[in-house]
Amino acid sequence: MHRGKGMKFVGDSRVPAEKKPNIPKDYSEFPGKTEAFWPNFLLKEWLVGAVFLIGFLCMATAYPASLEGVADPTDSAYIPLPDWYFLFLYQLLKYQFASGDFELIGNVVIPGIAFGALLIAPWLDNGPERRPSRRPIATAMMMLGTIATIYLTWESVEEHDWEAAEEQGEIITDDDIIEVDQDARGYEIYEEQGCIECHGDQMEGAGAAGPDLYDLPYGAEDIAEIAVEGIGDMPAGLFDGDDEELEVLSEYIEANGQPDDGDDGEEDDDEDDNGDDEEDE
Amino acid sequence: MLQRIYDWVDERMDITPLWRDIADHEVPEHVNPAHHFSAFIYCFGGLTFFVTVIQILSGMFLTMYYVPDIINAYESVYYLQSEVAFGAIVRAMHHWGASVVIVMMFLHTLRVFFTGAYKKPRELNWVVGVLIFFVMLGLGLTGYLLPWDMKAYFATVVALEIMETVPIIGESLRTLLQGGEIVGAQTLARFFAIHVFFLPGALLGLLAAHFIMIRRQGISGPL
Ligand code: HEC
Repeated sequence: MHRGKGMKFVGDSRVPAEKKPNIPKDYSEFPGKTEAFWPNFLLKEWLVGAVFLIGFLCMATAYPASLEGVADPTDSAYIPLPDWYFLFLYQLLKYQFASGDFELIGNVVIPGIAFGALLIAPWLDNGPERRPSRRPIATAMMMLGTIATIYLTWESVEEHDWEAAEEQGEIITDDDIIEVDQDARGYEIYEEQGCIECHGDQMEGAGAAGPDLYDLPYGAEDIAEIAVEGIGDMPAGLFDGDDEELEVLSEYIEANGQPDDGDDGEEDDDEDDNGDDEEDE
Repeated sequence: MLQRIYDWVDERMDITPLWRDIADHEVPEHVNPAHHFSAFIYCFGGLTFFVTVIQILSGMFLTMYYVPDIINAYESVYYLQSEVAFGAIVRAMHHWGASVVIVMMFLHTLRVFFTGAYKKPRELNWVVGVLIFFVMLGLGLTGYLLPWDMKAYFATVVALEIMETVPIIGESLRTLLQGGEIVGAQTLARFFAIHVFFLPGALLGLLAAHFIMIRRQGISGPL
């Protein structure tokens, strides 16, 4: 490069007035079949990129990103799960040697060593050998780390209750909620007996705690039985009122929270009608 | 015409050396899949960058609809997903891109490790690469909360709880990220800021360093 006195610049700038010719290097002088990045290689690379992009777009179109119901901090029964690339850490913390009293091992020591070693790998494995087979310790360590990560992710996926996860967090839109009659005696009992805690204040369900109670395939008697004896994940013995209350409650639920008369369930109840009610639906 | 524009700019800026530096680097035979098919392992780095570009572009489009507050965040994502033309596809690209970028980066890391490419004189570039990995994980963590749906919310609660158990810095770290007593409005605002401004800023800086170093040193030779 030209330096010192006699240099010419463009105007009063520091850009040299002397132009360099814009010619590519001569790649025939390079070893092997070396080729130029621009434009030769970039064209081929773009071909690979285009194929990749098409595959990626097909995937994005075929599998939309999932969206669950809006965040509800009060739903304590929700089983959380981080995105898949954090599962290995999440799984690690579940093991006994890495949780509880040994929490430090799971959240600081093991990840610290693993990621720390990754960060300073060039100084841990500082010999000149590059072939994996000639540096067995480094190779073994990396293999171990990779296998452990894959294994932990796998285990976490295995252990997760995907069926339960499928049901929880579903989107509840306003259309799905039926306004129940909150002045009815049935609702009072529904509230008192604690059904409301798992089935929501509009019987719309409460996430993972309990499903909605709309349009049940049961008659009032079956519902009464479920209330006392439980069903599936719903524990038995939740109802502890008297028989008459149980009847009002089950009829209220059967009627989707819209009893005909509103305020007073008592006058209207005739047990024999149960069969007919079912047919109404 | 183009040539005249180029010459005009070149006269004032002397851009030829810059251009030759970007365009005129050799692609050796051992990394070129056209000559050795097994050299496809050298593509992972490039694909990581490619997906990163997809992430940046799709993310920019997402912010045209996304509203980072707890009342509207979910609604805006729902609207984007169900009403906006191509909204679901752009969101799916950003969603899957986040996973693909991690996979590609993982493969790229393994390639660099097992070809011993991080050895002298490329130690610093390896360190920058690992930092990029951390930034990407941070982007994944903060981005996951933004749709403000059930899985986002509870995954974040768990992540913050785990962070809190780290001795000494744990609690301050949680406060810093959470921005209050509970995971709520402040948390969403902070995660948004971190996801959209802080980490991408760091990422662009690190990527620049990564690429400048590659240009400077050239790609590592055959084994
Ligand atoms: C601890 C939470 C909890 C409480 C309290 C609770 N339930 Fe349930 N309930 C559940 C769960 C969970 C299910 C789903 C059971 C299954 O299918 O595995 C369920 C299911 C039901 C069903 C059947 C719904 C269907 O679609 O099959 C009825 C009816 C029902 N509950 C009524 C009641 C009534 C009446 C009460 C009040 C006495 C009540 N539940 C209180 C958790 C609860």
